[in-house]
Amino acid sequence: MTKIAMVLAYVIGGGVLGGLLSGFDRILTARMQSRKGPPIMQPFFDVLKLMDKRTVVVNNYQTFYVACFLIFIILTGALFFVGGDLLLTIFALTVAGIFLVLGAYSSHSPYSTIGAERELLQMMAYEPALLIAALGMYWVTKSFHVSAIASYSHPLIAVLPGIFVSVLFILTIKLRKSPFDLSTSHHAHQELVKGLTTEFSGSSLAMIEVAHWYENIMLLGFVYLFFAYSPIIGIAATIAVYILEVLIDNMYARLTWQFTVASSWIVTAGLAVTNLIAITMLLK
Amino acid sequence: MNQISFLLLFPLAPALLLAFISNQNVRNLIVWISSLTLIFVSLSLATAHLGTSPEFFSVDSPVLEKLFFAGEILLSLYLLWRCRGINKKESYIPVLIILQAGIGIFLELSGKLPKVENAFYVDNLSVIMALIIGIIGTIICIYSLGYMKEYHEHHKEIKDNIRGFFFIFFLFLSAMFGVVLCNNLVWLFFFWEVTTLCSFWMIGYSKTEEAKRNSYLALGMNLIGGLGFSIALVYLTFFAKTPTIELDRLIHMGSALALIPACLICFAGLAKSAQLPFSSWLLGAMVAPTPVSALLHSSTMVKAGVFIIIKMAPILQHTTAGLLLAGVGGVTFLMASLLAVSQSNAKRVLAYSTVANLGLIVTCAGVGTYEAIWAALLLVVFHALAKGLLFLTVGTVEHKIGSRDIEDMEGLIAVKPFLGVVMLIGIAGMFLAPFGMLISKWACLKALIDASPILAVLLAYGSAPTLFFWSKWMGKILSVPSNAVPLESPVDTNEATALTFLAIPTVLTCLLFPLIASVAIEPYISNLYGQTMSLSRGNILIMTIMLGLIILVPLGFVFYPRKQKHVSSYLAGANVSSGSASFLGAMGVVKDVATRNYYLSAAFGEAKLSLASVILGGALILGMFVVVII
Repeated sequence: MTKIAMVLAYVIGGGVLGGLLSGFDRILTARMQSRKGPPIMQPFFDVLKLMDKRTVVVNNYQTFYVACFLIFIILTGALFFVGGDLLLTIFALTVAGIFLVLGAYSSHSPYSTIGAERELLQMMAYEPALLIAALGMYWVTKSFHVSAIASYSHPLIAVLPGIFVSVLFILTIKLRKSPFDLSTSHHAHQELVKGLTTEFSGSSLAMIEVAHWYENIMLLGFVYLFFAYSPIIGIAATIAVYILEVLIDNMYARLTWQFTVASSWIVTAGLAVTNLIAITMLLK
Repeated sequence: MNQISFLLLFPLAPALLLAFISNQNVRNLIVWISSLTLIFVSLSLATAHLGTSPEFFSVDSPVLEKLFFAGEILLSLYLLWRCRGINKKESYIPVLIILQAGIGIFLELSGKLPKVENAFYVDNLSVIMALIIGIIGTIICIYSLGYMKEYHEHHKEIKDNIRGFFFIFFLFLSAMFGVVLCNNLVWLFFFWEVTTLCSFWMIGYSKTEEAKRNSYLALGMNLIGGLGFSIALVYLTFFAKTPTIELDRLIHMGSALALIPACLICFAGLAKSAQLPFSSWLLGAMVAPTPVSALLHSSTMVKAGVFIIIKMAPILQHTTAGLLLAGVGGVTFLMASLLAVSQSNAKRVLAYSTVANLGLIVTCAGVGTYEAIWAALLLVVFHALAKGLLFLTVGTVEHKIGSRDIEDMEGLIAVKPFLGVVMLIGIAGMFLAPFGMLISKWACLKALIDASPILAVLLAYGSAPTLFFWSKWMGKILSVPSNAVPLESPVDTNEATALTFLAIPTVLTCLLFPLIASVAIEPYISNLYGQTMSLSRGNILIMTIMLGLIILVPLGFVFYPRKQKHVSSYLAGANVSSGSASFLGAMGVVKDVATRNYYLSAAFGEAKLSLASVILGGALILGMFVVVII
C-alpha cells in the first residue's frame, strides 16, 4: 500500500517539482545573462498553452512514441523513488529515451533524423557512466536497491568521488545543457532548427516537456544518493549541482559529437573506473 | 537412451532421402514430417529429463567404436580431398587435417585410450541445447524450404544444389545432438568436427571466389581450434593423473588437475564461437545462404563453442586462467559491439552482434560462478531465439526488396508491415528492456561485479554501442518516407510460418522466463554448485509491468481519437507543396527528402579497430596458456 502511495506522490509531486525546477532554471539563466526572466510558474503556462494548440504531425504514430516516452519516464522515476533496483531503473530510462528517438525517426524529417542520431550518440556517451555508478554504489552498499543505497549510513561521496564527478559530467548531457545539448536545446542559437523535437507540436511537445520535468527530478534523485547519509546535505548538494549545471550551460557553446562521446568515455574511464577498481581492491 | 539414439540417428534418414529427391512437394512433405518429429522427440526428452539430476548411459559396443574411428578417417579424407581448391596462403589447412588425423589414429592404435564407462548423458544443459537444436533448428529448416527456392530464382548464376543443402542441414542437426549428448570426449570431438565440415560446406555453397576463400578461412580457424581439442585428448590419455576421456569425470577432476585440458578444450570453443582473434571467419561466413547463418552461425553451431566452455566453468572458476578467458570474451564483446556500429550490411551487423553476445557468454563462463552461469544460460536461450528470428527476417527482406543494406529497409513498417513488425520484435528482443537479452545482460552485470569489476566495466562500455546500432536500425524501419509504396508480393508460406513461430516465443519468453529459469536453468546450477540464484519477485513484477505497457499502449492508440493536422516534414520553408516532403534542388529540379543513418566509420570502422582487437584477443589467449603452464 505504501508503495502505491509513494508512486502516486511521485506522479503528482514529481511533475510539480520538475516544473518548478524548470522555472527556477529559467530565472537563474536569465539572471546570469542580466535579464529579469519569466515568473517561476512560466513552464506550467507554456505547457497549458501547448496543450490548447492543435497538434500538427507528419504521421499518426509520432504521438504514440511520445506518449510511450512520457509513460516510461514516469515509470522510471516511480521505480527509482519507490526504492527499486537501480540497474532496472537505468534500463527503463534507456527504453524511454529510445521511444523519443523512434518518434523523431518516424517523421522522416531531415532535422529530426539528425537530432535522433545525435540523441543516440549522447545515450552512447552517458550509458557507461550511469552503469558504473550503479556498480560502484552496489559494491559499497552491497545492494542494487535504491532504498538500501539511500539508507546507507555513511557518505557515499567519500568513497565514490571519481564516480560522482563522472556522473556530474554526463549529467550535463542528460539535462540537455550546453556544451552537450547536441540533439535538441533550449537555446535558440543552434543551427539545426529544433533537432529531435522539430516535428513535434501542441500536446506532443507538451508531453516531451513534462517528461523532461520528471526526468530531471529523477536525475537529481540519483545525485542525492551520493549524499543520502544526511538529507539536509543531500538536498543542498543537489541544488548546488543543479546551479553548477546551469552555470556550465551558460558558459559554453555546443561542442561536437566526437568530443562529447570521447570526453565522456575518457572521463568515465579515468575517474569512475579507477574509482571502482580502487574500492574493489580496498574495501573487500 | 532411446530418445538419444533417436535424436542422433533419425535426422540421417531425411538427410539421405533429401539427397536424392528433387521434387519440391515431396521435399516439403519430408522436411515438415521430420521437423515435427524432431520437435516432438526433443520435447519428450525435455519432459523426461528437465529438473532431474544428470543421467548417464553406457554403451558397450566395440563395433560402434570402430564405426566412429572409421567416421573420423573418412571425415579427414573428405576434407583433404576438398583441399584441392586451396591457394598458397591456405596451405596450412591440409597440414592441420593430417596432424589431427594423425593424433586421432595414434590415440586409437596406442591402445592407451582410457575405458569409457558412460558414453552418453543427459543433463539440464544438454536438454536446453537439444530444445534449441530440435525446435529452432527445425523451424529454420522449414524456413529454408521457401528461402532456397527463392534464392535460386534470384541467383540464376549459382548452381542449384538444394539436395546437397538439405542433406548437410539434417546431417548437421544430428551432429549437434551428438555434441550436446556425448559424454565420450573422442566421440564428442568427432561430432564437433562434423559441424565444422557442415559449416565449411555451407559457406562455400555459392561456389563464388569469395565464398570459397571464406569457407577455407572458416575451416582453417576451426581446425586450429580442433587441434587444441586433440591435444587435450592426448593430455587426458597420457599425462593426466587419472586418465579419462569422459566429460563428467574431467569436470569433477577440479581446477588443480584438469586446468590444462580444460583450457585446451576452451581454446577449441573460442575458435568455434568466433571469439577474438578468430572472429573473422564468422564475418566471412555471411556469404552463406541466410538460413545457414541463422542456424549454424548464430543459433546452434557457434553455441557449441560456448556450450563446451560453460561445461568447463566449474574447473575455471576462481582461477587466473578462467579470468583471462573471461577477458577474451569481454574484449570480444566490447570490440565487436563497436565494430557493428560502422556496418550498414544487415547480415554483418548481425554477425558482429553474434560475436559480441557469444563473447558475453564466454565472459560469464570464464568467471564460472553459479550466478555467472545462470546469466550465461539465459543468454544462450534468448540469443538463439532472437538472433535466429532476425537472420531469417533479413533473409526474407532481402528477397523482397532486393537488398540487405539497412539503408534500403527505410520505412519497412509501411512497405511490408509483417516483416517490419517481426524485425522490430527481433531487434527489441536483442537489446531492449524487458526483453530476454536485456534481462540476461542485467544478470551478467550482477554476476560480473561480484567476480571481477574490470569485466563488468567492459560490459558497461560494450552495451553502449549496442544501444546505438540497434536503435538506429529500428529507427530506419520506422522512418516512413512520404512516397513509400507498399510491396504487393506475398511472403512464402513456409517462411511466414517460421517467422511467426520464432517471433511469438521471443515475446512470450519475457513473460515465461522465470519459469524457464526455474525449470531448466536452476536445477542445472544447483546440481553443479549446490546453490542457485533467482530473480526477486518484485523485479519480475516490474518487468511484467514494462512488457504489459509495451504491448498495451499500442492497443490503446487504436481507439485514440485523432484530431491531428497532417503536414509534410519541415524543410525550413523549402517544401514544394504541402503533403509531400520534396524541395527544389539547386538546378530547379524537385527532389524528395532522403535521410541516412550515421555509421561513423572514421571512429568505429574495421580498418581502425580490427587489428587491435585481434592482437588484444590473441594476447589474452596467450596469457591464459602461459598462466596455466606456469
